[in-house]
Amino acid sequence: MQQTLEPYLAEHPFLKGMNSHHVELITGCAENRRYNPGEFLYREGDEATHFYFIRHGRLAQEILRPQKGGIVIQTSGPGDVLGWAWLFPPHFRNLDCRAVELTRVLALDGVCLREKCEQDHELGYEIMKRFAHLMEQELESMRLRLLDIYGNND
Amino acid sequence: METTIEHNCEQVVNNNHTMTPTIYRVEKNRRDTHDTFTLHLSPEDQPLETVYEPGQFNMLYAFGVGEVPISISGDTTEWPKLVHTIRAVGSVTNALQSLATGDSIGVRGPYGKPWPVEATKGKDIILVAGGIGLAPLRPAIYQILHNRESYGKVILLYGSRRPLDILFRKELEKWRSRLDMFVDVTVDSSDRNWNGNVGVVPRLIDTANFDPIDTAAFVCGPEVMMRFTAMALNKRGVSSDNIYVSLERNMKCGVGLCGHCQMSNQFICKDGPVYTYSQVRETVLIREI
Ligand SMILES: Cc1cc2nc3c(=O)[nH]c(=O)nc-3n(C[C@H](O)[C@H](O)[C@H](O)COP(=O)(O)OP(=O)(O)OC[C@H]3O[C@@H](n4cnc5c(N)ncnc54)[C@H](O)[C@@H]3O)c2cc1C
Ligand code: FES
Repeated sequence: MQQTLEPYLAEHPFLKGMNSHHVELITGCAENRRYNPGEFLYREGDEATHFYFIRHGRLAQEILRPQKGGIVIQTSGPGDVLGWAWLFPPHFRNLDCRAVELTRVLALDGVCLREKCEQDHELGYEIMKRFAHLMEQELESMRLRLLDIYGNND
Repeated sequence: METTIEHNCEQVVNNNHTMTPTIYRVEKNRRDTHDTFTLHLSPEDQPLETVYEPGQFNMLYAFGVGEVPISISGDTTEWPKLVHTIRAVGSVTNALQSLATGDSIGVRGPYGKPWPVEATKGKDIILVAGGIGLAPLRPAIYQILHNRESYGKVILLYGSRRPLDILFRKELEKWRSRLDMFVDVTVDSSDRNWNGNVGVVPRLIDTANFDPIDTAAFVCGPEVMMRFTAMALNKRGVSSDNIYVSLERNMKCGVGLCGHCQMSNQFICKDGPVYTYSQVRETVLIREI
């Protein structure tokens, strides 16, 4: 199983430039998962144990509004990496995540990877750099949406 | 300066009375979304003399209310009929919204520099639209699809505020079902009834499949969106010389006379509205002068 996952991870843009030993360490924490439409990967308040490389389909991150249902904050699709709550204490989810359609992911066990990062700080730094970039991109998107650019005020 | 204005006036007068509106009749006023509608117009008498190009605009005159610049959103092959898609935001656009079949409207134009649809033949084309920005791009899409074999990949990325704001939804679905075109749509926010993308339109560029070295991008929407889109395209390796944006400024004459639309040394009405991103990045899109 691990052998089939390693080439995928080694070629993934998120891990570009990472040495093969580190990719091997990461692969050791990975498993294939499949989610049916409507199935939740996690809900707000859950312990954040995993993050995901999306291979197929679409995942929606949502916030539940009492009596109004979920509002979709962002969707992610093939090639995207999702979830960083596993990195930061207290490791709890602050959003729901739902499969909008049939979705295949590589689920990375964050607890397992955190331990490896503690033991190998170089790996930890490589991981942090990549998640910092991911967070920067998300922040940029959020800023743009905050402007409500399609509203009447532009 | 005076001599330039005199010279311009002479040109305008000689150019088939460009300042005099031609009367068109409303054939149909179709509602697209809760605040956007499309006017289908045909000439009452003599049509506008010039055949228009994608990206050009007309000055539409709602009698007794005022005149506004509105891009042409129809197919150039349907000339002399005109199609304009308009978002009702103020006095003139609201007056245009209330026009019914058979009503008259004044039209001057076509004005402005078009999208370089001919000059970009042979390239991959990525069209990125935000909100009402899909309307000025639609004639370019039609023309590209009429000559589909002359282009490489054709990609259309569209972003709107919410699902109910999506413009030309049926047409987007039709284009999406084509095998020779890639269409992706995203909205800024939604409830669970929407199964598509949620996120800003520049995000779609990251995963789109095109050859950055040989790609021309046509981008139309709010200026902030165009700036972020251009940055995302730059990041993918598309040069600013190959990114075209369409600018909007308040306009009065539409022909380079009154200075209402002036930005830096540019009259958007006649030097634009379509520019390469490299032409406007410094002076217009970022540091307003
Ligand atoms: C070259 C060019 C092409 C254009 N093409 C189109 C088009 O195809 N379809 C279309 O709907 N509009 C288009 N516009 C914008 C359109 O001209 C304006 O929305 C219109 O002039 C507003 O006039 P009004 O009298 O209805 O509103 P006003 O009374 O002038 O303004 C009412 C409110 O709307 C806001 N507003 C004014 N202009 C805009 C704008 N451009 N965008 C957002 N808010 C605005 C004002 O700030 C104000 O708050 C184009 C503009 C230019 C310069
Ligand atoms: S609108 Fe008068 S100069 Fe451009």
